[in-house]
Amino acid sequence: MTVQTQHALLAVRDLRTYFHTFSGTVKAVNGVSFDIGEGEIMGLVGESGGGKSVVGFSILGLIDSPGQIMGGQILLNGEDLVTAGEDRLRQIRGREISMVFQDPMTSLNPLHTVGQQMDEVLRLHSDLDAAARRKACVEMLESVGISRAADRLGAYPHQFSGGMRQRVVIAIAMLAKPRLIIADEPTTALDVTIQSQILKLMRQQIAARGASMILITHDLAVVSEMADHITVLYCGNVVERGRTRDLIETPAHPYTRGLIDSIPDPANRHPRLKQIPGTVPDIRNLPKGCNFRDRCPRAQALCAVEEPQLRPQNASQWAACHYPLQPGDLA
Amino acid sequence: MGKAGAFPDPADKKSQYSDMLGYLIKRLIQMLLVLWIVSLVVFLMMSFTGDPVFMIVPIDATDDQIQQARRILGLDQSLPVQYWIFISSLVQGDFGQSYVFRQPALALILERMPATVEMVLVAMVLAVVVAIPLGVYAGANPNGRLSRIIMAGSLLGISLPGFWVGMVLIYFFAVHLGIFPSSGRGETGEVFGVRTSLVTWNGWHHIILPAVTLSLATMAILLRMTRAGMMEVARQDYMKFARAKGATRQDVLYKHGLKNALIPVVTIFGLQLGDLIAFATITETIFSWPGMGKLLIDSIYRADRPVIVVYLMLVALIFVVINFLVDLVYTLIDPRITLK
Amino acid sequence: MTSFVQTEFFHNYRRSTSAVVGSALMLAFAFAVTAGPFLVDQNPYDIAALNLMDSYKPPVWLEGGDPRFLLGTDGQGRDVWASILYGARISVFIGLVAMIASCVIGTVLGLIAGFYGGIVDSVIMRIADIQLSFPSILIALFLMSAVGTGVDKVLIALTAVGWVVYARTVRGATLSEIKKEYVQAAKVAGLPNSKIIRKHVLPNVMTPLIVIATIQVGTFVLIEASLSFLGVGVPITQPSLGLLIKNGFDVLFSGLWWTSVFPGLAIMTLVFGINLFGDFLRDELNPRLK
Repeated sequence: MTVQTQHALLAVRDLRTYFHTFSGTVKAVNGVSFDIGEGEIMGLVGESGGGKSVVGFSILGLIDSPGQIMGGQILLNGEDLVTAGEDRLRQIRGREISMVFQDPMTSLNPLHTVGQQMDEVLRLHSDLDAAARRKACVEMLESVGISRAADRLGAYPHQFSGGMRQRVVIAIAMLAKPRLIIADEPTTALDVTIQSQILKLMRQQIAARGASMILITHDLAVVSEMADHITVLYCGNVVERGRTRDLIETPAHPYTRGLIDSIPDPANRHPRLKQIPGTVPDIRNLPKGCNFRDRCPRAQALCAVEEPQLRPQNASQWAACHYPLQPGDLA
Repeated sequence: MGKAGAFPDPADKKSQYSDMLGYLIKRLIQMLLVLWIVSLVVFLMMSFTGDPVFMIVPIDATDDQIQQARRILGLDQSLPVQYWIFISSLVQGDFGQSYVFRQPALALILERMPATVEMVLVAMVLAVVVAIPLGVYAGANPNGRLSRIIMAGSLLGISLPGFWVGMVLIYFFAVHLGIFPSSGRGETGEVFGVRTSLVTWNGWHHIILPAVTLSLATMAILLRMTRAGMMEVARQDYMKFARAKGATRQDVLYKHGLKNALIPVVTIFGLQLGDLIAFATITETIFSWPGMGKLLIDSIYRADRPVIVVYLMLVALIFVVINFLVDLVYTLIDPRITLK
Repeated sequence: MTSFVQTEFFHNYRRSTSAVVGSALMLAFAFAVTAGPFLVDQNPYDIAALNLMDSYKPPVWLEGGDPRFLLGTDGQGRDVWASILYGARISVFIGLVAMIASCVIGTVLGLIAGFYGGIVDSVIMRIADIQLSFPSILIALFLMSAVGTGVDKVLIALTAVGWVVYARTVRGATLSEIKKEYVQAAKVAGLPNSKIIRKHVLPNVMTPLIVIATIQVGTFVLIEASLSFLGVGVPITQPSLGLLIKNGFDVLFSGLWWTSVFPGLAIMTLVFGINLFGDFLRDELNPRLK
């Protein structure tokens, strides 16, 4: 299905994660596949409610009831995490794959010091003694740009600003030198001025360690600056994926196009941003055919009947659309 | 609440101490205000109900004798003057004489206080030791079978009349089985100048039934608070983040969850300590436990006004001190809360 | 009725064992309390109907039991089952009336505090704060010791204890409501306070008030029982369940357990039912948990 299988650090194959709720089954992730190579950054993009975060939690095996992984494979260096036991998953969490959450205000324990929360990772995943762990924590804090790091190990999260807290979260995620970082909307909760600092920091950290990253976001502008590849999700399905530059310059799926058009353009101040008309359909009760057709300007009769499959558009780009955009088309 | 971005700076120590001093002074004034209001309420209630003069004069007293007694008690004065006499003698530590025992009322109560305190302490420890683990378990496994049984039991615990539980225990363990004494306090020993029954076997033998009786309601309430706290905490992001670090579910629950879950429990703890002291009056009555609660009830029967007044003022003092201590404990657990 | 049966509330109610059991217990009690005198032959207050020959009969299933007295008799030959039915009337009456009085007084004071603010608000709320830092039972005990026994005095003591929760809840809702712009606008436009209260404040506090009121009836029944047990509650001529237990306690050591154990079970059943149902109501009506 894809060209990079042999180099992939992580290969997700036909992942299905469903939530069994009282009012019906929510197919939050419904047949998602993608690959991430060593040292790559992949953007996972879509509107809120599109199942992006669920992909991230599925990879770490952190789907809690009523959610359940119903099928598919998550291959980390060929090892399937879907079938791995909880003990094995615990070794992987934090050590091989770590995660940065959306809201730094809530992802740190308010009653433990920053030092305690960092130390926990090293106690779980290393044999270092207390002094060595402390040294590692201080170095890590300094490397994410926190001054007087040694003093601040004893500080509590509420004594940090939002941006600083997210730096701490990143430091925790990086401590055990994981190969893959899953960053779930890492800058959404932050001030605009802080956002770019944090993104820059994350890119530096990834590059310095040769790690890979899945950047989950609704903000195509953020991914386009950071990612090597982009995967676009809609209603739990991959609708398009490709190299960042190709996908941004010549999107094939009308949904991707809609997302790109809704990015504010600082150079050309439109009086009003373009928006994708309509809203995400009720995921418990998806229409037959293409999920996007009710909001799609190009929809035709076929779209209501047959669900489009992911098909190659060119050397690097795949899209699930019966009537994909061609380079030069004006949607 | 501390401000974001404010780091503890050694240079701030001085201002921290002055903050603290300001806080203590403010709290002290608050506490005195509460005590003053309580004294006012107690005084007014006592003044409008009954005439204590008949408590101290003989039944066949002449009008002259009654008038004389009135003068001695200050009852011939106007209300404000009476209150002034009342409050100024309170401040001087003069709480009057018991009409019944003809002894200083304060001494009577203080003499019986250790018995009540030891029973309340044993009940509290018992409640905590049982309630916290069960509450944590029920909160961590909200849908488990055992959790449902625990919760139904705790609901039963707050639905039972405490005095009735005491009676059933007496009937079953004392009258029927005969393995525990039905009433009274056991032998006492002296520790740091306080006579307590907690240092003798016989004392423990006597305290078990009353302490269990007293602790049930508190146990049920603490259990329910702990469970609610755990369930609330389980939804927090930092719990999932901790698991994403690779910590076990158990570790996450106990290391990250418990402390957060216990913050609301601490608030309740203070109120519960107050409740235990209050309900000790009933428990002591059932078990003929010679504490200050039983003395209060006896004094109410005999309209022994000075003893009632001292009891109420003393208990009010204990309560404001407990509330203050709870706030202090709060700041120890939660670094976000500062004394202000 | 069909529309209520179709609601989510009713659906959840049927799925919740505790709600069904709780309301069944409450209904059974309501029945026993209203139909009580018709269920038993003996009026326990009618001295003429009592026969000392019948005193201290054990429950029917024990040796020496008398089929006329299901749960046995007390020292005056009074049927324990009949005493419970009559006593439950007094307990439930006190619990309900004190709850209604607390609710009305507390709501009014809460509205006054919220609407007028200033010194009125401070005084009402400081009193509430101080009262809340003392256990209800102690306040009630003290009041009873000052005013003496009687059903009316128990009602006064319970109301004095119970108004605080309503006042706080209503005041909070009032404050958050009158801050809203449309209410401010309505006020400026001359909408009378009574209308603001009816249209905006009361609908917002109804749900928490219902939950508080339900559970409070159970609490009041327990407090009344404690007061009566201590002898400072209802008078001997109007024995509530608590007073029945007290009377039974005096003979407990002779092994005559039934005169006190059964009235206690009755209290437990009632309060447990109320708490079960109240718990369900709180979970169901609390939007934060949904």
